[in-house]
Amino acid sequence: MIVGRTTGERNPWSTRFWFSFTAAMLVLVVLVPVLNRYVAPDSAFAVPDYLVPLLGKYLCYAMLALSLDLVWGYAGILSLGHGAFFALGGYCMGMYLMRQIGTRGVYGNPLLPDFMVFLDWKELPWFWWGFDHFAYAMLMVMLVPGLLAFVFGWLAFRSRVTGVYLSIITQAMTYALMLAFFRNDMGFGGNNGLTDFKDIAGFELQQPATRLGLYVASAIGLGIAFLLCRFITVSKLGRVLLALRDAESRVRFLGYSATNAKLFVFTVSAVLAGIAGALYVPQIGIINPSEFSPENSIELAIWVSVGGRGTLSGAMLGAGLVNLAKTWLTSAAPEIWLFFLGGLFVLTTLLFPRGIVGILGQLRLIRSRRTMPGAPPLAVDEPEAAKERA
Amino acid sequence: MTPSPAPHPPPEVLLYLDGVNVSFDGFKALNDLSLVVEEGELRTIIGPNGAGKTTMMDVVTGKTRPDSGAVFFRGSADLTRLDEAQIANLGIGRKFQRPTVFENLTVFENLELALADSRGTWRTLFARMALEQRERIQATLTRIGLAPHSRKPAGALSHGQKQWLEIGMLLIHDRQLLLLDEPVAGMTDRETEATAELILGLARDRTIVVVEHDMAFVRSLGAKVTVLHEGAVLAEGSVEHVQNHPRVIEVYLGR
Repeated sequence: MIVGRTTGERNPWSTRFWFSFTAAMLVLVVLVPVLNRYVAPDSAFAVPDYLVPLLGKYLCYAMLALSLDLVWGYAGILSLGHGAFFALGGYCMGMYLMRQIGTRGVYGNPLLPDFMVFLDWKELPWFWWGFDHFAYAMLMVMLVPGLLAFVFGWLAFRSRVTGVYLSIITQAMTYALMLAFFRNDMGFGGNNGLTDFKDIAGFELQQPATRLGLYVASAIGLGIAFLLCRFITVSKLGRVLLALRDAESRVRFLGYSATNAKLFVFTVSAVLAGIAGALYVPQIGIINPSEFSPENSIELAIWVSVGGRGTLSGAMLGAGLVNLAKTWLTSAAPEIWLFFLGGLFVLTTLLFPRGIVGILGQLRLIRSRRTMPGAPPLAVDEPEAAKERA
Repeated sequence: MTPSPAPHPPPEVLLYLDGVNVSFDGFKALNDLSLVVEEGELRTIIGPNGAGKTTMMDVVTGKTRPDSGAVFFRGSADLTRLDEAQIANLGIGRKFQRPTVFENLTVFENLELALADSRGTWRTLFARMALEQRERIQATLTRIGLAPHSRKPAGALSHGQKQWLEIGMLLIHDRQLLLLDEPVAGMTDRETEATAELILGLARDRTIVVVEHDMAFVRSLGAKVTVLHEGAVLAEGSVEHVQNHPRVIEVYLGR
């Protein structure tokens, strides 16, 4: 903390912050690609080609975790349907990739994707129009989840649905979408979803260079998303959101519109989730209705709480670590994974409510007090002393 | 239901309630309540539990919609048609019975959110604190005696300090009408005394309505008293007048 400022705030955009941010971005955007492209594959430092999309996937998950943390960790809105916005962004990207296949599908139909030919459809449904254009598809990636969140949020927040009720209806929303997307006549490929993608903006998806490009795009996307979230959370609006989490009615009596503040942050969050989904799909190669499944959204909440909600770095860290554990455990001992995940959630909630970042903060506090003999006692002890003085 | 054209009160009346009814599941919390508070007045409202004191504040601040009746601010603003945020922006501030401060924000940040400034979501996102606002916060911190605790999370304050912080949050905004719901609940005698002084100081340039149980505190304010009972006004006048009022004695001492 900077001593001497009378305001009690730290500068959120300090040189130290930019230094850490730049260092992290250099590792993700420069170091990993160099280790992949220019280091001999048999070297211990090499990042093999198969690892690149996996890392890219983690980055997309980290971005999704950021989006949930923005609404849950800061505004106290526990959305258990955030996977829906991710999936919708993914579907928009999937539709673009389907249109790119052109005549290279199994049926070789120049007008329709394979699954529509299979269903004996004669023409392209109206909601598929325009998806051959990259720019249009990218616009939809943001617009579709954003619009859904706006309408859903407007109805929910205006009627003052909060807490567990809101969690339940968000859960219902993603479940309903899952059931809808499972239906063949919805026009999104039914339970098979969209797959067999060939290329993106003219680059072959199977090429290692394309995959590296997508990975780098995910890393840059995550960096921008992080800066955006930080800008929101350190602003005065960020403090209004924290205040909403603590005492919503008090915020209203101060004259702030709780509905508008929540709606804003919920919509921004959904757009971020949508972009994360759009970056995820080309790296994974498929999008199907199971991405809407409520379990995904719950797992997402676990990443955030393990990392430490209310801290943006915690959300990203949690997403990375839990998914690393998932990748390893589901191949090493698949039967343990769900117990591990459940146990992790219970443990974090009971013992470390502030997550990994909270533990790190505690450790730093203990160490600083050990090294500095005359350090002040914990802040919570002081009110009693102050009362006695008064 | 067609709203009957409500009679507009004269302009020096700041707060005007006429024939207000509120019922919860058949229980009449407010029963044809009529109350007039004039500009610049300090008013105390007393009454036994369930007399409708808090419900009255809920109606004025938009938390509860009355079933019928008229509620006007400054003669023209119909408070029954506005929501909490809009009413707050008209210049009506409220302190709750239980101190509600934002526990995870620092004392300084609590006051920052209470500052008179644009409340729009977009404006709030890009807000920059002006030097003059910073000074205003410092001055308020000094006035409520919390300057040494400015960087502490509000959740770490003692009960009395939280009450003061909440009063500070009303103070900093310069609102025209303050509604204080039991401002000295849970305070020590010395804190109560200091609070009475603070309120008398504040009352010099604004209108204040205080709901209180503590009769010693009510006496020390020396203001006009309104006694509520079963959702309606039972008596009104000086402290001596209401204390000698036979119906008030009957209600307070039981039948």
